[in-house]
Amino acid sequence: MIATAVLFALGCVGLGMMLNLWRLLRGPTTADRVLALDTMTINAIALIVLIQIQMGSPVYFEAALLLAMVGFVGTVAYCKFVLRGDVVE
Amino acid sequence: MVSTLLEILVCGLLVFGGFFALVGSWGLTRMPSLMTRLHGPTKVTTLGVGSCLIASMIFFPAFKGSWSAHELLITLFLFLTAPISANMIAKAHLHRQGRGLDPNPMDDIATGLPETGVGSGWATFEGEDSEKLDLNR
Repeated sequence: MIATAVLFALGCVGLGMMLNLWRLLRGPTTADRVLALDTMTINAIALIVLIQIQMGSPVYFEAALLLAMVGFVGTVAYCKFVLRGDVVE
Repeated sequence: MVSTLLEILVCGLLVFGGFFALVGSWGLTRMPSLMTRLHGPTKVTTLGVGSCLIASMIFFPAFKGSWSAHELLITLFLFLTAPISANMIAKAHLHRQGRGLDPNPMDDIATGLPETGVGSGWATFEGEDSEKLDLNR
């Protein structure tokens, strides 16, 4: 039963990442692209956790944690660059 | 008995999380302007990912016999950082629209922000160069 639920969730998250990619490529404004990239990072974390449940081995938690931190820092750096034209002033 | 209950709980959380992650991304694609698009990823997708992480937090001790606090850490971090990144994106968008860079007609703010109604202007434009940019119309 859990295997089926994991497959369903994997399909949903994968489809969501494709929608994010469409918004990233198309997005009319710069902020749209930054938002799409941020959402893709969050969906990638979900993907890592789901693959981990499917494999049954808790070895990728460090990867998910690192992706969460680096994704947040990247989003803030992009916004800062768009706002000020510089990341570290 | 307990194992079946835990299995049903994990399955429910996984389906809930996957569905909400999809709804958030669908909202990002379908909404007309950035200020409405921000709602999907920041609230709905964060809830979906949090649900998947809680499912993993129940699954590993119950069925694999190993326990770790990493899921809790990731959930906490995501729930803390989602509003901050949403605030930064909205701020960058407001400033770019105020300068007339890549305006989206679906955003009403391309033609000027609404009044705040409290005497002072919008806090994000209260900086030193607000007169120069003529943003507080």
